[in-house]
Amino acid sequence: MTLPHSHDAPVALALRGIDKRYGNVQALSAATLEVRPGTVHALLGENGAGKSTLMRIAYGLERADAGAQFVWNDRVRVTSAAVAIAHGIGMVHQHFTLVPTMTVAENIALGGHGRLDLAAVARRVDELSTSTGFALNPNARVETLSVGAQQRVEIAKALVQAARILILDEPTAVLAPAESAELLRWVRAYADAGNAAVLITHKLREARSVADDVTVLRRGRTVLAARRDDVTPDTLTSAMIGEELNGTRAKSSAGDSRPRAASEAVFRADRLTLSDADGIVRVRDATFEINAGEIVGIAAVEGSGQRELLRALAGRLAPASGVLAHPSAVGFVPEDRHHDAVLLNRSLSENVALRGAGARRGMMDWDAVGAQTERLMLEYDVRAESAHVPIRTLSGGNQQKLVLARELELDSNSERALVVENPTRGLDVRATAEVHARLRSAALDGAAIVLYSSDIDEVLLLATRVFVVFERAVRELPLDRERIGQAMVGAA
Amino acid sequence: MTDVVEPFFAATIRTAVPLALAALGELLVERTGLINIGLEGAILAGAFGALVGASGHGVVLGFASAAAAGLIVALIFVAFVVWARADQIITGTALTLLSMGATGTLYRTMYGSSGAALSIPTSAALPIPGLASLPVVGAPLFSQPPITYFVYVLAPVLAWWLARTHAGLALRAIGDRPDAAEAAGIAVDRARALAVLVGGALGGLAGGTLVLAQAGTFAEGMSAGRGFIAIAIVALGRWTPIGVVGAALLFGAASALQFAFQAMGWNAPYQVFLAVPYLLTLAALAGAVGRARAPASLGQALEPHR
Amino acid sequence: MQAPALRRDSVAWELARAILVLLAIVGTTVLLLFVGGYSVSSGLAALWRGSLGSWYAFTSATLVRAIPLMLTGVAVAIAFRAGVLNIGAEGQLLAGAAAGAAVALTLGGLPAAIVVVLALAASAVGGAGWASLAAFLRSRFAVLEVISTIMLNFVALYAVSYLVRGPLQEPTHVYPQSSTIGDAIHLPRIVSAGRLHSGLLLALGVSFVAGWVLRRTAAGFRLIAAGESPSAATSAGGIDVMATTTRTFLVSGALAGLAGGVEVLGVTFALYENISPGYGYTAIAVALLARLDPWRVAVTALLFGGLEAGAGAMQRDAGVPSTLVTVIEAALILAVVAAGALRRRSSFPASDTSPITA
Repeated sequence: MTLPHSHDAPVALALRGIDKRYGNVQALSAATLEVRPGTVHALLGENGAGKSTLMRIAYGLERADAGAQFVWNDRVRVTSAAVAIAHGIGMVHQHFTLVPTMTVAENIALGGHGRLDLAAVARRVDELSTSTGFALNPNARVETLSVGAQQRVEIAKALVQAARILILDEPTAVLAPAESAELLRWVRAYADAGNAAVLITHKLREARSVADDVTVLRRGRTVLAARRDDVTPDTLTSAMIGEELNGTRAKSSAGDSRPRAASEAVFRADRLTLSDADGIVRVRDATFEINAGEIVGIAAVEGSGQRELLRALAGRLAPASGVLAHPSAVGFVPEDRHHDAVLLNRSLSENVALRGAGARRGMMDWDAVGAQTERLMLEYDVRAESAHVPIRTLSGGNQQKLVLARELELDSNSERALVVENPTRGLDVRATAEVHARLRSAALDGAAIVLYSSDIDEVLLLATRVFVVFERAVRELPLDRERIGQAMVGAA
Repeated sequence: MTDVVEPFFAATIRTAVPLALAALGELLVERTGLINIGLEGAILAGAFGALVGASGHGVVLGFASAAAAGLIVALIFVAFVVWARADQIITGTALTLLSMGATGTLYRTMYGSSGAALSIPTSAALPIPGLASLPVVGAPLFSQPPITYFVYVLAPVLAWWLARTHAGLALRAIGDRPDAAEAAGIAVDRARALAVLVGGALGGLAGGTLVLAQAGTFAEGMSAGRGFIAIAIVALGRWTPIGVVGAALLFGAASALQFAFQAMGWNAPYQVFLAVPYLLTLAALAGAVGRARAPASLGQALEPHR
Repeated sequence: MQAPALRRDSVAWELARAILVLLAIVGTTVLLLFVGGYSVSSGLAALWRGSLGSWYAFTSATLVRAIPLMLTGVAVAIAFRAGVLNIGAEGQLLAGAAAGAAVALTLGGLPAAIVVVLALAASAVGGAGWASLAAFLRSRFAVLEVISTIMLNFVALYAVSYLVRGPLQEPTHVYPQSSTIGDAIHLPRIVSAGRLHSGLLLALGVSFVAGWVLRRTAAGFRLIAAGESPSAATSAGGIDVMATTTRTFLVSGALAGLAGGVEVLGVTFALYENISPGYGYTAIAVALLARLDPWRVAVTALLFGGLEAGAGAMQRDAGVPSTLVTVIEAALILAVVAAGALRRRSSFPASDTSPITA
């Protein structure tokens, strides 16, 4: 890790030694970021690396547990967005912070004081339009604007407050290529005028095209901070995705040579198109087959569409168009376990009984469920006092093991199918290894498994095939770490 | 015919005024995304407060006490819901029960358990010279106790405040997208608390109106569900001040119909008329059209404290 | 192995909790008596006399009130547990009372036992029908059931007022009440226990069955899951949350209606206004303090029955307004809700747990 400058050199924005913990998860650990004036600073990292969290702390929407923040060399305590704005920090969020039913002028005026003179705001908006080159219509309702236009309003909001430090969180994720190029040109000009811009992105090419400095976060830590010209793309990719781990990890399944019977397609997609809850297309025209006994790994970074793909495969999301054939009951281990997979205050047995509860009739045979739960606990090494304790008293790893057990073992279909999303997040090494072993043996027994993990090594470890999802396209690639890593970030 | 129309208008205004007061307050609360089911409790507390304040002290102090009593109920709501993030619906329900029990208990303690009616100074009608002598509408609209004129002024002032000040803009933003408001630097919880307090004070004034400008006395449970009707009026009025006043007038007219019908010799059971406001509330709430304009975050659990 | 559906602690713990609730009730009473300037000693003495101080008080004041409280308490408990905030037990009780009275008065010719059964069945149907109005508004128009059920409470009041002055009024048309229901159709008394009637057995039965359904049946489990986390219930359990909650709403109404029928056939023997001193609202406190468990409702209904019985004596003997009881109930609800909120605050990442049961 090379620091481009010492602490005495002028900084526009600096975050040093930032710690942030959510419950059991250490989201940030001694994270640092040093942004020089007049620069565009790219903040790179995978999903979950902590980039957004770090910048939300900088903008006052979250509080750090430890660490310090400096703005134009002065130590500051940014306790709320109002304080950040007062210090000249502006933020363009990944999910826009605009009020859809209000006009552009009203959104830009938000946060002011006293009498509201919309005509004056409109004039200001027109001035901004000219100086930035954005075409802003003050009287348009935000919900009628295109995504690109809405983003320009987000930016204008910050500029109206005279932001000299602008944070942009994955701004090109929702833009078409031409709009992206235009935006980046604007960001460059903004920085050249003596301001500072922080560009959070996972797209390597874009970072390299416009940034002066780069910082890479991985698992909440700053693993690299350098001038753009001092690092190669490969260095950046490997910093983002991680070094090869040492041999304590079991070898990959790719070489597994146990002979398989001729397999039938368990999942079949034909020109599948998927949209998210807001109606934005996330996957377009995907065509593939997944057979029994395969572990298909999904390699992708945030917002690429993998979330929708997983849910569609699990039968929880209907296709927008195209065909998707899947078994009637697909096991699903979602990323947000607490919200979507378990009843936190209920016992382990009750959570096991949850699977299939919608269709069950008559009595609950709790004795049988209890015995089954105990069996699962034994088989999957779920550590708990008994099957009767509330599931929230278990560690994350044990909770996850139980969910996995439930989804794998309770399938009444002849074709077993399982979709897992970041299955080992928050688990220790041992629990991780156990989960991996489970997935492998299930596949060997004939289950079709779709695995998504934001950790590409985990994907490569387990997968027999890999699909990369990037910018709405699903492509199968050979198990080549370098190629996959590059395809994930659009570098190849 | 004038014998029927003028009293009809007068009854309409009379019924509408306390509803409008409470609803305008609840409007502010709901525009921040909260629903105060305890509004009924605030109205009843205000009625009792008016009794206490006016006894021997005059109408002005009566209204002031009414507002203060409503404010107390609101303060408890703020403490439980905004500060402790307790469930707003159950908290509101409990507050209404609390107010019913407390006002009943205090009333019997202070004024004797027989519950005999007490007389206190009433707020007399104050005719506006010139306007009050207009035909048909003059007396009903412009020969009213001052609290009515307060409503005439309050509604447009609130409309102006919501549309033309940054504070009003901020309030509206909080109800639609609290995260957007926070990111713009607005102190969201503080605004919510203030809205609830103002709403409680206005609810208290509504109760005060019942006692000081209408019944002339206090009776247990005299709010009779007006707080819930006010919540329906907010929805029917599309969450705008002028709309709310219009909806309140509609309710007033519907209730006043019973007098008109009686005068015209119709003989429906009087219970039907008594039930009309509540049935109308149900219809108003079901009106799907009103849904489209509700503050987007209305009724949703508040985000956890940072 | 015992059914784990509802948390099961040792007998000692349960006893300790029940005593704690009792102490909370008594403590709040003492506090309010003191603040209100009443004589705490004579207030408490009256409270005791009116509730538990004699066999007659226990059976004819406390237990008699515990019966409708148990039925409405279970009604509210199962609804809240499913995430349906049914504040309309009062109106559903009235609808049930009216239906039960109507049937009891018009089916003169049939054998008494059959009339009783039919009247009770009618009261359940009446309560469910009343609830169905709010349930429909909820599922079709997303109308908050808190408001709609309260509105319907008022409408029910006026409906009963109309009935007892109109179609159901007693033959001399002097008093606003129905005819008296014939002796044969009364719920049998429990021997040597004053006014206590066999409705107690029905209430205990309902409480038992409801608790059993929640613990042992698939339908009960679906209800619990839907109320705890609609998202997990849908995603992981494949449960139709809207159908489950609507059904629960109707059953809740039926039980509250049954309470009305039982009151008419066991205590009042006629329909008139003010047949319920707010049982439907007290039921909320009963249910919340029982942590929404129908089996525990039997206990808290007893406690509140005693409280309301004692309140009557407090008013007669010590001049303490009976409305004090409502204050106590409201304060208890607030305490439960606050405790839940504070507990959630100190716990781990935001979850979808029901705000009521946590």
